[in-house]
Amino acid sequence: MSTAVVTINKGLFGELNLRQKTLLIIGFTSLLLFTIVLSSVFLNGESLPTNFGSRNLAPSLNHPFGTDWMGRDMFIRTLEGLGLSIVIGAFASTISAVLTVILGLLSSAGKTADSFVSWLVDLFLSIPHLLLIILISIGFGGGATGVVIGVALTHWPGLTRVVRAEIKQLKTQEYIHISRNLGKSIWWIATKHILPHLIPQILLGTILMFPHAILHEASVTFLGFGLSPHEPAIGIILSESMRYLSAGYWWLAFFPGLSLLIVVLAFDMIGENIGKLMDPKNAHE
Amino acid sequence: MKYKKLGIFIGKKTLKLISLLIVVCLASFWIVEQSPIDPVRAYIGEMSIQPEQKAKLDEYWGVNTPPQEKFLNWAENILKGDFGVSLIYRISVFDVIKERSIASLILMASSWLISGILGFVLGIIAGMKKGTWIDKIIKTYCYILTATPTFWLALILLMVFSVNLGLFPIGLGVPIGVTAENVTFFDKLQHLILPTITLSLLGVAQIAMFTREKLIEVLSSDYVLFAKARGEKGFDLVLRHGVRNVALPAITLQFLGFSELFGGAVLVEQVFSYPGIGQAAVAAGLRSDVPLLLGIVIFSALFVFFGNLIADIIYEFIDPRIKQQEATI
Repeated sequence: MSTAVVTINKGLFGELNLRQKTLLIIGFTSLLLFTIVLSSVFLNGESLPTNFGSRNLAPSLNHPFGTDWMGRDMFIRTLEGLGLSIVIGAFASTISAVLTVILGLLSSAGKTADSFVSWLVDLFLSIPHLLLIILISIGFGGGATGVVIGVALTHWPGLTRVVRAEIKQLKTQEYIHISRNLGKSIWWIATKHILPHLIPQILLGTILMFPHAILHEASVTFLGFGLSPHEPAIGIILSESMRYLSAGYWWLAFFPGLSLLIVVLAFDMIGENIGKLMDPKNAHE
Repeated sequence: MKYKKLGIFIGKKTLKLISLLIVVCLASFWIVEQSPIDPVRAYIGEMSIQPEQKAKLDEYWGVNTPPQEKFLNWAENILKGDFGVSLIYRISVFDVIKERSIASLILMASSWLISGILGFVLGIIAGMKKGTWIDKIIKTYCYILTATPTFWLALILLMVFSVNLGLFPIGLGVPIGVTAENVTFFDKLQHLILPTITLSLLGVAQIAMFTREKLIEVLSSDYVLFAKARGEKGFDLVLRHGVRNVALPAITLQFLGFSELFGGAVLVEQVFSYPGIGQAAVAAGLRSDVPLLLGIVIFSALFVFFGNLIADIIYEFIDPRIKQQEATI
């Protein structure tokens, strides 16, 4: 087996094994995302100065992503927007992960609690996700807070489903029965036996939730909910660019969207590679 | 026996539908009720009015009635089939939804079909050629598509095909300046093509990956090994043993995707200014048209429910494997 693997892997990093390669991919993509967030923090406010001398310039060496109708550099605006998206995504995924843990533990507590959780999951999945985010964000008065809360409150059902299935399976294990018979409380079993098993699942699920949260945040902002037009969010940049499409300023839409795609892909890659590392079954493929 | 099962199934689903509708109504009403957005403000728009007039309007619209009473009034009207009057279109919500949903359903149905067929075929090809460059290309394509923002893809297509090449109109469901009677079928079709392509391209990813996984699973089974030993090979083998096994789960999955389809339609309709229900939902949300928004939420919940229902029916009644299992029990 191992010789076969070695012969297949004669690529650019031929001398590395799969594990090292996976770690390398995770490292690179994380570094990329980290750089984006850091630079967006340092750039804070840089995009605001307008320069009408350099309006609507096509991409060049000075302005790799071109400039917009107010002469602002699109590269810097995009960077800031991505940073904002990642931060909102992080916040939303964290909240959703916390909700998942709470609901997961609740569903392990008993039959009634479990059917309540499953009912809640079904309820949240019964309305199209985008519409639900819009509804919730209106419920919280719209604006940036509304959108962030809307995105944060709606990404848990998928992961909760996975966690519930996992809990169901765990509960049939013998050591849980023994623990029960020894007189341990439901809460004790939930936190000491079940939770440790779920932590890797939840961690991975949270990372994989990131791309969804980011895309939803961008979509809702694009539709015009939430963030004010002065914020350099990707959704706002793109909805602004729609007005200049017929003028042929293609770079206003093309590069920001492409960067968003790359960020989402990067999160997907990190998630999947971490999943590969954590799952011993796939480690030897 | 068979009829009994059918009866139980219908009974269960009806109960589920009723309870779902009640809860969706209650929950969405409560969410909107919580909102600090002033509905009267939303109704009068930018116009400035005297405080006394505002108070009169408040009273007229029942702003100060307690929420329980408001909900009961609303629910009672809904039971009678009256969803109220849309604040932005100034006609009844039911009519708005009826008119808009037809346009949307055409868009969603066509892209649902195209993406289903295309995704299935791609999945079969990728699964058959597992590990080859074709498989890798299809996999990469699907991988990138799942990360693509819907509205961005719509924008790019609009830019390339409508602005640069001039092949399709920039937006709207029908041409501007043409009376309703003079809109031809071809006009409608022309305005439908780009939104459909966008939605179809994005819908392909999930179904293709699923089909691929399933086909690989089937192809590694014992009966396929035996078929190979009998001398079956190539496309015939996949057609006889693969496609038959994969088709039903794939169709089921496609029906379960109604929720995402609706979300995609909202974004695509917005970019192409296609006069569908998604665009109405966004307008209702942005301009606080509460009756219309609630109506659309209920409509979308029904839409998703029926998708799931069809998937369940396929699973319970059509899939021969389930039938066989029951027969052996």
